[in-house]
Amino acid sequence: MIAINNYLALASILFVIGIFGVFLNKKNIIIILMSIELMLLAVNINLVAFSTYLNDITGQVFSLLVLTVAAAEAAIGLAILVIYFRNKGSIAVEDITEMKG
Amino acid sequence: MIVVSLLFYLFSFIMIASAFMVILSRNPVHSVLFLILCFFNSAGIFLILGAEFLAFILVIVYVGAVAVLFLFVVMMLDVEFKSISSTVISYLPIGLTIGVIILAELMLVLFTWKRDYSVTDNLSLSTDTQYSNTEIIGLVLYTDNILFFQLAGLILLASMIGAIILTVNHRPSAKRQDINKQVERDAESSIKNIDMKPGSGI
Repeated sequence: MIAINNYLALASILFVIGIFGVFLNKKNIIIILMSIELMLLAVNINLVAFSTYLNDITGQVFSLLVLTVAAAEAAIGLAILVIYFRNKGSIAVEDITEMKG
Repeated sequence: MIVVSLLFYLFSFIMIASAFMVILSRNPVHSVLFLILCFFNSAGIFLILGAEFLAFILVIVYVGAVAVLFLFVVMMLDVEFKSISSTVISYLPIGLTIGVIILAELMLVLFTWKRDYSVTDNLSLSTDTQYSNTEIIGLVLYTDNILFFQLAGLILLASMIGAIILTVNHRPSAKRQDINKQVERDAESSIKNIDMKPGSGI
């Protein structure tokens, strides 16, 4: 059996790539949403790896819930993106400055 | 055993490479396609871990629904393919700093972490029984974790209603069925007798 550290290292590298994607990308929000999906995938790999190595199914059930929330988040995010594009004609991060959050 | 290790390293290498391509490629459509490749490889890793149900759910739900949703939105929005280099330079220092700090912290945790065997005393249901992976998930998902299951359904319902309300486009010119108007309509208000004289219009 492959040592669990390999899975954890893979998940942490994937998570950091997701963070890079959020920070480096200022062109369009779709890439940022995809980076968030990558980060959630890294979390899922962690949950499933621990579930297998601790012989406990709860990790996989929780991973299922993470998948559900990720799908809901993608749907809402893309819906917001579509109406924003319909109003403004642009989804560049630099152009979305109305709220000054 | 060596085959499994080789498969693991192959899957993880392709996964990390495609994850890099997701955030670095200029064309958003290519990004989505690399995201799909990433999901396929993580499904392979889930199979190595023995979580078959989640692997196929990942392929069906993520590749079949979420990634295709991304693809549709990318194609609908018609975003221009600007080169990434100009903005990457300005945000590289802060991104690199935070990324390296987080990676270093995660690696510190990873290589000093020791498994606590007392955790396994209170397992809900072991993964190595005579049941298959899907059967075990079904056994606990609808009994012990029914609250989470219902909550997941509620979240999906809320997101579905939210997405529909956000994107629905009411055009005043479009003809729609109005039940109240149909029911209220009767012969007296809709039929009119007109006395027409020869040679003249209404």
